[in-house]
Amino acid sequence: MRNVHKGSPAGASTATTLDRLRRGQIATVTAVDIHGPQRRRLMDLGVLPGSRIHIDRVSPLGDPTAYLVRGSVIALRREQARGIHITVEQE
Amino acid sequence: MAADLPTPNANASPPPAASAACGTCVFNHAAQLRALGVDVSGHDHVVALAGNPNTGKSTVFNALTGLRQHVGNWPGKTVTGAEGGFGYRRRRYKLVDLPGTYSLLSDSQDEDVARDFLLFGQPDVTVVVVDATRLQRNLNLVLQILQITGRVVVALNLIDEAHRHGLSLDQRHLARELGVPVVPMAARSRRGLDALLEAIEQVALGTVATRARRVHHGDARTERAVRELAAQLLREYPGLANTRWIALRLLEGDPGIERAVTDGTLDRLSSPTPHAVSSETPGT
Amino acid sequence: MTGFSILDRAARLRDGLPEGFRDEVVESLYSDAARITETSVTERDHGTRPPLDRLLDRALTHRVWGFATMGLLFFAVFWFTISGAAGPSGLLSSVLVDHGHSRLHAVAAPLPLPDWVSGLLLDGVYLSTAWVVAVMLPPMAIFFPLFTLLEDFGYLPRVAFNLDRLFAKAGAHGKQSLSMMMGYGCNAAGVTATRIIDSRRERLIAIITNNFSVCNGRWPTLILMGTIFIGALAPPALAGVIAAASVVTVAFLGVLVTLLVSWALSKTVLRGHSSTYSLELPPYRPPKVWRTLYTSLIDRTLKVLRRAVVMAAPAGAVVWLISNVTVAEASIAAHLVGVLDPLGWVLGLNGIILLAYLVAIPANEIIIPTILMLTTTLGPNLFDAQQGVMLELGTAQTHTVLTQAGGWTLLTAVNLMLFSLLHNPCSTTVLTIWNETKSPKWTTVATLLPIALGFAVTALTATVARLAGWA
Ligand SMILES: Nc1nc2c(ncn2[C@@H]2O[C@H](COP(=O)(O)OP(=O)(O)O)[C@@H](O)[C@H]2O)c(=O)[nH]1
Ligand SMILES: [Mg+2]
Repeated sequence: MRNVHKGSPAGASTATTLDRLRRGQIATVTAVDIHGPQRRRLMDLGVLPGSRIHIDRVSPLGDPTAYLVRGSVIALRREQARGIHITVEQE
Repeated sequence: MAADLPTPNANASPPPAASAACGTCVFNHAAQLRALGVDVSGHDHVVALAGNPNTGKSTVFNALTGLRQHVGNWPGKTVTGAEGGFGYRRRRYKLVDLPGTYSLLSDSQDEDVARDFLLFGQPDVTVVVVDATRLQRNLNLVLQILQITGRVVVALNLIDEAHRHGLSLDQRHLARELGVPVVPMAARSRRGLDALLEAIEQVALGTVATRARRVHHGDARTERAVRELAAQLLREYPGLANTRWIALRLLEGDPGIERAVTDGTLDRLSSPTPHAVSSETPGT
Repeated sequence: MTGFSILDRAARLRDGLPEGFRDEVVESLYSDAARITETSVTERDHGTRPPLDRLLDRALTHRVWGFATMGLLFFAVFWFTISGAAGPSGLLSSVLVDHGHSRLHAVAAPLPLPDWVSGLLLDGVYLSTAWVVAVMLPPMAIFFPLFTLLEDFGYLPRVAFNLDRLFAKAGAHGKQSLSMMMGYGCNAAGVTATRIIDSRRERLIAIITNNFSVCNGRWPTLILMGTIFIGALAPPALAGVIAAASVVTVAFLGVLVTLLVSWALSKTVLRGHSSTYSLELPPYRPPKVWRTLYTSLIDRTLKVLRRAVVMAAPAGAVVWLISNVTVAEASIAAHLVGVLDPLGWVLGLNGIILLAYLVAIPANEIIIPTILMLTTTLGPNLFDAQQGVMLELGTAQTHTVLTQAGGWTLLTAVNLMLFSLLHNPCSTTVLTIWNETKSPKWTTVATLLPIALGFAVTALTATVARLAGWA
């Protein structure tokens, strides 16, 4: 649970998790609250604190969602996106 | 820590702009490439092809050996290793196409083959095929490989796509940072193969001094523990390479490396027979 | 053991290290990589994808068009395969089977060979091999290049992306759709491809269900049944399309069965949550058409064909032997068929079909020639065939043989198509499953589960059809 931003009162409006990101918004990853091998794998793919991320496509059945991060398109299921903390930069 | 590194390759391999500017030298060198197909008999050097999935390893493999290892545009289609041979100038090389791997740190089955070969097969040269359009992610793996061997050539592949994406890369800077040769190329159209062969030869023969970028671990206790365990490894397995890396993995409790300790892989490696663990190809 | 003292030492040292030191080690590498990247790369247009890639993705993973193009693409691939292969197959069979076979007999006639030798070699081994080449080479030479083009282009991960929700609901891994698609070429290859799945539970599910991808060895059966029984129901102009549609329907049923069985397994013996995964969607890449055509022809097509031939030759010999060796007034084949007939009836099939599936355990490719041969031998002799000769017949004649000599109905054809989807994997696949799992239990499950399903489904359709008076 290290490094997890619980959302300070001041910036609460923009700190959220990746599954809440909407199309057109751009965000920055602040923490990856996932443990075990999957944490490594996400980092291998470029999802790590500091990465800018936005939605590229949503699967026709609603899940997973493909995100554009560091030049690659990575599809993540919703439960995984929930563990990735972000701050939304702009609408 | 990288600032003081020399730039070994800057003059060693022909200027990488060769791929575009020097149309004739492609023929000069390519004329000296002999694709040997499956014939790996009497090879002088072993070259491993490593890299993230879908970066063009099999394409490079096919271009050099004349074989037709399956190439396809999705991560995961190579799950078993393949071997082939090629000759360049007066030497024969055995080339091993490894399954794609995102990192040497995970313990997933499709990545085992690659990791074990790099760690325990001790290839003479490791060519890390890198996707130029996803550099950072690919560099993760390059840096990890540099922790276990300095005999590395970075093939900066898909350079054509990088240009299409509006990226430009400073490969000299990259080479300086990494301390090993960096060769920009477009394997699918055989661009840059000449420079790659040149760099492979130089690293194999040791005519270029690579100075791989090693990462030291900030925390003093971690660093001390790594050193202590590495020393014990070297006492018990004289001649074992990569003791630092193995020590670090053991501290982390990596099950794959623990297996290598208990099943005698390390024992075999400490006696001087490199390339013992080859990439077997099970199934079809 | 020195090994264990090392592990002990490592464990002791680990206890003295700060919490989370692992992540720090890794993350120091990652931040190094990030810094080097930033200083070596300059981006012209920041963080966007080429417009063409975006446009393609918008179409291929669209709510409506995504599935429509998926269906259309796969239908087109099958349709090209079926309609394009008909001509060349006919040509090959007239050269290899009709002329080749009689030419060989003419050559062998003056030689002092006992009858059984020329029978075994020419009528058994040669004919079955020639048949397999004629029937399998053309469709494979069309299918594999088309499939490889799609694969090279980058389409496969998009299918996985579109279908993922269904696999997640079934408790399966998101990458199972990739190994499933490889299974359409060859199940053994599909089983090997499951290595991309990390979790053992989900990998087993993917291995067990891979057999529901109709591999190329089974298409000849589907195509023939679809053509002579189902396509024939439609007006001639539509026959080809209907035949292709029936084959695609079976393939689609295979996807459904895959999902249902995955779901059932993940709710019972392989219980657990579907693990998270990350699937990368690579950029689209224009395929190198000529090179793809060439390599997929040489590699995939000829490799698979070689296997089929290697399997067909001994199977041809077996068929010839059981049809010609007589025990107690009847051939071995006749005895076996007699034993299998009751079960065959229950399943809406017949004893000959079941016997053919026994002979064809090494390779599904030879199902149809074996069925035809046994039917002509054991039924009323309409075409003056010799014992145990694998007759090559035109489409119309095949229909006549099966309906008149074999007593086939539409139910037999439909159930054969279903059974072709749902039966034990071929021996190569079973071996691969064993190599990949090293588990007697799961190898057995993967072998027997599909055939149990096949029995259940065909018995059900047969019973329903009979009660409804359709058959
Ligand atoms: N545009 C372009 N595509 C390439 C290049 N090298 C490989 N490819 C394509 O990238 C995809 C992956 O190649 P492959 O060799 O199978 O990668 P591997 O997974 O690393 O073995 C294939 O579709 C290749 O055709 C290149 O230099 N330029
Ligand atoms: Mg490959």
